[in-house]
Amino acid sequence: MKEITIFHDAAKDLPGVAARIKAGQKKIIGFLCSYAPEELIYAAGFHPMRLFSSKSEIVLAEQHLQAYCCSLVRGVLEDSLSGRLDFLDGTVFPNTCDTIQRLSDIWRMNGRYEFFADVILPAKLNTQSARTYMTEVLTGFKKDLETAAGKEITDVDLQESIRKFNLIRKNLSKIYALQSQNPGIIKGADLYAIVKGSMVMDRDEVLDLLPAIVANLERRDIPQKSVKRIVVSGSICDSPDIYTALEAAGGVVVGDDLCTGQRWFEGEILADINPITAIASRLLDRVICPAKHSSPTARGENMVSLAKKNKADGVIFMLLKFCDPHAFDYPYLKEFLEREGIKTLLIEMDDQQQNSGQLATRFETFIHMI
Amino acid sequence: MSDKLSEKRKIKSAKKMRDIMTTYYIDAMTAGQNNKQVAWITSGGPVEPLVAMDIIPVYPENHGAMIGASKMGEDLCIKAEDLGYSSDLCSYARADIACAIVKGGPLGGLPKPDMLICCNNICGTVLKWYEVQARYYNVPLFILDTPICHTRYPPEIATYVRTQIDEYIVFLETITKRKFDYHKMAQVGKLAYEAQLLWQKVLNTTAQKPSPMSAFDAFFFLALIVTLRGTQTAVDFYRELLEEMEQRIKDGISMVPDEKYRLLWDNLPVWYRLKWLSEKFSDHNACLVADTYTSAWCGAIKYTDENNFLDSIAEAYTRIYLNIGVDQMADQVLDMIKFYDADGLVMHSNRSCKPYSFGQMDIMRIVREKTNIPVLMIEADMVDPRNFSQSQIETRIDAFMEIIKQKRL
Repeated sequence: MKEITIFHDAAKDLPGVAARIKAGQKKIIGFLCSYAPEELIYAAGFHPMRLFSSKSEIVLAEQHLQAYCCSLVRGVLEDSLSGRLDFLDGTVFPNTCDTIQRLSDIWRMNGRYEFFADVILPAKLNTQSARTYMTEVLTGFKKDLETAAGKEITDVDLQESIRKFNLIRKNLSKIYALQSQNPGIIKGADLYAIVKGSMVMDRDEVLDLLPAIVANLERRDIPQKSVKRIVVSGSICDSPDIYTALEAAGGVVVGDDLCTGQRWFEGEILADINPITAIASRLLDRVICPAKHSSPTARGENMVSLAKKNKADGVIFMLLKFCDPHAFDYPYLKEFLEREGIKTLLIEMDDQQQNSGQLATRFETFIHMI
Repeated sequence: MSDKLSEKRKIKSAKKMRDIMTTYYIDAMTAGQNNKQVAWITSGGPVEPLVAMDIIPVYPENHGAMIGASKMGEDLCIKAEDLGYSSDLCSYARADIACAIVKGGPLGGLPKPDMLICCNNICGTVLKWYEVQARYYNVPLFILDTPICHTRYPPEIATYVRTQIDEYIVFLETITKRKFDYHKMAQVGKLAYEAQLLWQKVLNTTAQKPSPMSAFDAFFFLALIVTLRGTQTAVDFYRELLEEMEQRIKDGISMVPDEKYRLLWDNLPVWYRLKWLSEKFSDHNACLVADTYTSAWCGAIKYTDENNFLDSIAEAYTRIYLNIGVDQMADQVLDMIKFYDADGLVMHSNRSCKPYSFGQMDIMRIVREKTNIPVLMIEADMVDPRNFSQSQIETRIDAFMEIIKQKRL
């Protein structure tokens, strides 16, 4: 359908998306993390855009980051240094892992863009003092955006922004739920494009397109083919081929624990309280990233519940090499899942180069085993 | 060199330090028998409230260093990898996680903790590592969250961390079922402050030419300021060590025979090759006079108020060397190059420590731009020897020293 094609075109051509945004006289603020307060950026009149690596050869970033730095961070720095992100007017770095913290320093010191902000969120999310601090940090970021935009961000602006982001999230949840209810009703590659597109495209356009996709999916025939139900966990999984390979092997992704997936869009922002408090609450209460802490077993419990809710036959960990927070959690998540009888597979990936041939074989073996 | 001269160069306080550390570890290992509680704490964490509460602090990172120095790192790291931990993870963490399970290492494992205190001012790795141990030992975990100060220390961070110091005390009161003794805390705070001042003075003695000790000695003598900060023992020891250094300066005793070149070291030591590296540089008449690592335990002393300890440590523990921006780290490196009159900078690109190592290449560029000194970067790991290529590193050190020597001509 044409709405899905629009998402595919966007996911394949981020510079093209950016050019269209710029043509509309909007400034673009990039970010690399699902904790970025997009609602604030949007309310300031800027376009929030998640950054992905173009996966070009690492040349310039070699002068800043060693080879044992994760491929996503090196890849995005390479894009920036080589001018491929010159469409950006600014970037915001929420405080997450050690590598991103240092990327923020390197980015700022080699600054190419007009606007730069660190949004130093708490690492600990389960205390009242962290809640207070989170609210103060967001208030500070709002001020920075106001200065950059040369205008005040009113509560009305924020409420309108929150309403739109809530609607986008609700539609994405709906699409995921439909896929989980009827695995195969939408191709994995389509789902990937829709989610990625929603992170980069003009949000008003996204909001126009998503309900049509939901309506279309609701009308589709329920697939009869028996498949294995798979949940994917990791940071980013920026390759449609992975979903295609998995489907060829007989599996369908029915849910995920990804930074570029459900971790990013699950969780509604409350509409009837102070907007900054409401945004802070969602960030504190949403499904947690391994670089943050709420309890020593929070992610294990989340993973088990996600797998059970989606009646997963297996969980595939798609972990970026050199991503410490995920690598630390993997052994215990695997243990928690296997205790519930859910089999797991670990794939260590490089965002720059993915060997789909080898992946296909590993997926086939795993699908046969579960 | 005659044996007599070599004997003269040895630092006398080393034996005392070994004795103190042995006593400390015996106390820690037998804590349970003496009805004492044990807290595991990160190296950058505020230990003083534990000392004030008579809780024995144990440092998995110090243990990691011991494992590395006793060359037991590879075996333990492999065991952790067998448990599913990636070989790309911090080798202190891998070694410690494996050690807890197999009771290995030079001590046969650390004493079981009654609580875990994790301060993330040094890295996000400790957060994950302490979560692992909180699950394994099933004991309470307190996290002191010190947001990174890339460019500044804003009031919201100050308030957040200060509030957590109070939460930390409540946590300790809950676990020990005892009231916190603020009077004792004030005394411990003064002792901690004094020990840090003394440690800074010890490190400053190497600005003398020739240097009475090297960074390799500092790596060794560091153990007390980490583990026994806040005790009279640490103050007394560092006072003696300082006196010994001052005497060596008077007597003209250098650590490196015929010291000609002075180098600055960046990042953690390569624990399993200390001797080799020390001899390698010494053969070139080069002394590693200072490093960015051991000074981290006194670097934030300017923020500490000995008379208002609890209020001031929020800032002191938040603004440590690793919890600031790379440009600020570069400024400190430049200051050290000047203060110690260094002829070269040796950077250990440490696969285990991402927050320390990422940004090093920018620091290297800044140092090259602002000073005229050569910079060498060697890739290794602090505990896992599988990431150490001796012949390659030897060649690079020789070439680096050639450049330094030629500059002198």
